[in-house]
Amino acid sequence: MQLEPRKPAVVRDQVLPLKSDADVVQARQAVRRAAEELKFNLVEQTKIVTAASELARNTLLHGRGGTMKVEFVADLSRRGLRLTFEDRGPGIADISRALQDGFSTADGLGLGLPGARRLMSEFDIQSKLGEGTRVTVVRWKP
Amino acid sequence: MNTPTTIPQMIENHRDSLLADWLQEQATIGSQRLLISDAELRQQCLDFLRLLQEATASGGMKDMNSPQWDRVKELLESVATSRAQQGFSPTEVATFVFSLKKPLFGRLRQDIRDVENLGREIWAGTEMIDRLGLYTAEVYQKARDETISRQQAEMLELSTPVVNLWEGILALPLIGTLDSSRTQVVMETLLQKIVDTGSTVAIIDITGVPTVDTLVAQHLLKTVTAARLMGADCIISGIRPQIAQTIVHLGVELGDVATKASLADAFQLALKRAGLEIRRPAASALAGED
Repeated sequence: MQLEPRKPAVVRDQVLPLKSDADVVQARQAVRRAAEELKFNLVEQTKIVTAASELARNTLLHGRGGTMKVEFVADLSRRGLRLTFEDRGPGIADISRALQDGFSTADGLGLGLPGARRLMSEFDIQSKLGEGTRVTVVRWKP
Repeated sequence: MNTPTTIPQMIENHRDSLLADWLQEQATIGSQRLLISDAELRQQCLDFLRLLQEATASGGMKDMNSPQWDRVKELLESVATSRAQQGFSPTEVATFVFSLKKPLFGRLRQDIRDVENLGREIWAGTEMIDRLGLYTAEVYQKARDETISRQQAEMLELSTPVVNLWEGILALPLIGTLDSSRTQVVMETLLQKIVDTGSTVAIIDITGVPTVDTLVAQHLLKTVTAARLMGADCIISGIRPQIAQTIVHLGVELGDVATKASLADAFQLALKRAGLEIRRPAASALAGED
């Protein structure tokens, strides 16, 4: 049997609460610090922070608050930043629709989730109605 | 069994010596004396003992939510609030109440010979003082929170100046985070200033905004639309390369809103729209002065 490549190792992690607008600001700053530390260039940093901002606000707005985990990950050849947003909110009924540009259940532009997906290298979303939502994104260093 | 407590009686009998011991105790524990005068502290302690005696005598020590305890709470509130403003630490504030334990229990030990009674009285006293101490700490925390939110509100006012660049041209230099409550203030100030000055062009400069996500973009677009309804054109300036790339990836359409990289460029465009131009004096005119 062929061995699967091992999962990226977590070098360091940090969990932050997302309970208020102020927490979203804190989360953005934490992500910016982490991206700076990993020596992402300015454009990359801005993309990561913006994606984090979108996802953090989704967690707060749609998931009624939750947490963000910031992880430094590494596999054989590269290093990156992984962010995990988790909530125990109502969940997303139709994920493929939520990922479409311009679809919003709140009064937003409907670009947060699809936009964040375009800004990051990897994007994964798991959601169960009534149980909550988990969005995991990774940005690898080019 | 619900035997009446002797604590109120004891406070009444030994008020002066209790007060002296309590002040002594606070002096040894804390650095409070630097921040508060002896006379003020003495008065606070004296008032507290008096009110505590009244409350325990009339209300009993079981139900501290009864109205008899209101005046004790009121005093603790004023002590905690004033100390929060004077810069006391949480420990120092809670110590005000907790430091009463030693003198109080000392008196109880002198007065009550029966071990079982003494144990019961001390337990009742501990419960009472702990609850009052926690109450004080909570009020202190609340006072601090209020200070913080007041400062936040002040920052909102401070950080949104609308400046008049030229006749009919306004600029709004935005700095920091554009969360929703602040954006509301920004929008209102800008619209009001447009009315006040009768301006036709408003430059919104986002050089100082670190992150432009969809919410920020939405707020900007709403502001632009509102300004347009009032007859003023908006130019958004300060769009740095990284912000431009991010906005494209996000998929945000700024529509027909004029955007410029720098405030200087935006100002030039604004002048042009207002039918004005900036010119160097012609070379011949300069030569003619000699």
